Amino acid sequence: MMPQMGYDMKEGRLVKWLKKEGEAITSGEDIAEIETDKAIIPMSSPSEGVLRKIITPEGEMVPVGTILGIIGSVDEDISSKIDAIITETASIAKPENSNSSQESKKETTTETKNLNLGTVNATPIAKKIATDKNIDLSLITGTGPNGRIVEKDVLNYSESSVSVPDISTLPKVKPLISATSEIIELSRMRKAVARTTSASSIEAPHFYVTTDIDMTESMKMRIQANKALEVEGKRISVNDFILKACAVALLHHPNFNATFHGDTIEIHSNINIGVAIDLDGSGLIQPAIMACQKLSLVEISVGTKDLITRARGNQLRAEEYTGSTFTISNLGMFSIESFTAIIAPPNCAILAVGSVRDTPVVFNGEIVIKQMMKVTLSVDHRSNDGAAAARFAGEIKTLLEQPVSLLL
Amino acid sequence: MAELTLREAISLGLREALDNDPRVIIMGEDVGAYNGAYAVTKGFLKDYGETRIIDTPISEAGFVGAGIGAAMAGLKPVVEIMTINFSLMASDQIINNAAKIHYMSGGQYSAPIIIRTVTGGGAGLGATHSQSFEGFYATIPGLKVITPAFPDDALGLLRTAFKDNNPILYCEHALLYSVRGEVPDDPSFEVPFGKAKTRKIGSDITLVGYGRSVHTALKAADELKKRNVDAEVIDLRTLRPLDIETVIESTKKTHRCIVIEEAWATGGFGSYVAYEIQKNAFNSLDGPVLHLGALDVPAPYAKNLEMMTIPNEQWILDAVEKEFGIGN
Repeated sequence: MMPQMGYDMKEGRLVKWLKKEGEAITSGEDIAEIETDKAIIPMSSPSEGVLRKIITPEGEMVPVGTILGIIGSVDEDISSKIDAIITETASIAKPENSNSSQESKKETTTETKNLNLGTVNATPIAKKIATDKNIDLSLITGTGPNGRIVEKDVLNYSESSVSVPDISTLPKVKPLISATSEIIELSRMRKAVARTTSASSIEAPHFYVTTDIDMTESMKMRIQANKALEVEGKRISVNDFILKACAVALLHHPNFNATFHGDTIEIHSNINIGVAIDLDGSGLIQPAIMACQKLSLVEISVGTKDLITRARGNQLRAEEYTGSTFTISNLGMFSIESFTAIIAPPNCAILAVGSVRDTPVVFNGEIVIKQMMKVTLSVDHRSNDGAAAARFAGEIKTLLEQPVSLLL
Repeated sequence: MAELTLREAISLGLREALDNDPRVIIMGEDVGAYNGAYAVTKGFLKDYGETRIIDTPISEAGFVGAGIGAAMAGLKPVVEIMTINFSLMASDQIINNAAKIHYMSGGQYSAPIIIRTVTGGGAGLGATHSQSFEGFYATIPGLKVITPAFPDDALGLLRTAFKDNNPILYCEHALLYSVRGEVPDDPSFEVPFGKAKTRKIGSDITLVGYGRSVHTALKAADELKKRNVDAEVIDLRTLRPLDIETVIESTKKTHRCIVIEEAWATGGFGSYVAYEIQKNAFNSLDGPVLHLGALDVPAPYAKNLEMMTIPNEQWILDAVEKEFGIGN
């Protein structure tokens, strides 16, 4: 089946089959390449056997969950399964997918907006109003019994929110000064960024806490550590210290390693820290370093470098896209003093990190030069309050100001 | 306008018919000398004599059958079955004869009989004397089932019944006889069959009932108003013919609906009403269509326990809060 390779992924293109029909497959072996909004990712086989039948041809764009092929044993009778799939496929009306393998190479700009009407817990009239007003119900928190979205929720949403039309459905406006303006078609990644950031801005009520962190001790320790690691060819960055500090702080503040679900909050058992990676101006992805609570500072450092390399080479694993539970966005290398970031769903917080700069500060009654860094935590107010955010940010600050505990 | 009890309104309607139509006779257990088990025919024997007010043996199948025969032969009999529980003895006569004869004789015969009976629990009379079978009879084509909740409807529907040429089951709730209400003086005032009445106009939720459950719904509506929920209350008045359109239109307006009846919820007539609502007002619904009926047990003899098995206003308030998340 077409796997869900990202929180926001709704469809994917089967770029290439890496196995032919009849070829043997081991469990976990890469069998096809899938193009998502963000990258081309190898898909591993869910089971062992023989690739008996290819259902989805190369180049085809299909919704998540679509059956791509059948893996079975050599002599298994799969004809009934094929019939079932063909019947099922025929019964699904798919106007937006009618572009076949040849046509689909042309990106149409008027995709039907997926309003999530099927499985969402909403009353019939709520669904009807959402359809009429082109509102995505997944952006609305239900206030009815068991979190059901009722009529009032959709009406309130539609009144309170400035309507954010799907960029892809906006009519094309003729350029005013046609000689000088350039119209750029959005890449799939640009569309994905547009969709998730606007959804987060509308849905999650953000608040921000900013703190100044004295990085002098961390910077000293970093120099010493890098000297020691020189022989191994490893180098720890400032960002690695921040990642480690966040991982430790999240262990003590699990409410920030969480997902808000309307009437419940899911606390994640693993701390998977997403790192915002700039793809040289072509877009942004936020893959995660998995299970940071188990990693040492050096392991985090190695993991991050590996992640960035693979991100730029389109070689990320699916769980690295979907798995982040908290995010760090660092613009320190651009000499940005401080900024605020938009929370990446389904996370409930993100840390925006500025540059480390020599700053005159008052210390023990005297003005001294310290290496200061500003960080701003964006928090989804539905899941956490200001004081909790302050305590969490305070722990990150303490850990970085007395970094010896990061080595323990 | 005169203020009458529901008992007085029915009594008035029967006297009118006896006065105006010599074909009208009344027969049943204790309708004459005893003045009626629920005193509806009090004084009738003295005023109209024993050729028109006939006390019968305790044999429902016998006297209902006699009534059907009399109707086929040209009289307009009103047969009183003391309670709907005893109608089971006559159910073959009612379902297989009264309801079918016009159809099976190719229109040669009709059976314009009015069967008056007393329905409902809540009087502490035990499991076999406290049942509500009107919804069950309303499933039978060929019958008309009338369920008045107020004195004006009781009179208006009875006048219409005397003009109707079909077998009619006229169900009087045992606990409603003393309900008082204004009744128009106009002798031409009638209430048509198959036309529900909106007893209270509201905008937030539709409460549908018949007979005593209308009163339960009205009490719940009063309490809901204090909780900022404006309920509309619809009295079906007749189960067959059924005016489902009024209910559907109301639900399309309020987006929420609860159907309340005192018969057992399982397979109850109200579940059919709920089905029609969800089918015809689906895209207007802001929650499931609810159906409240009696608990799935024989009526307990102890009155306090019996009342716990029949839907009351608290059931409605709880359902509104739990299923729609309003009025809390």
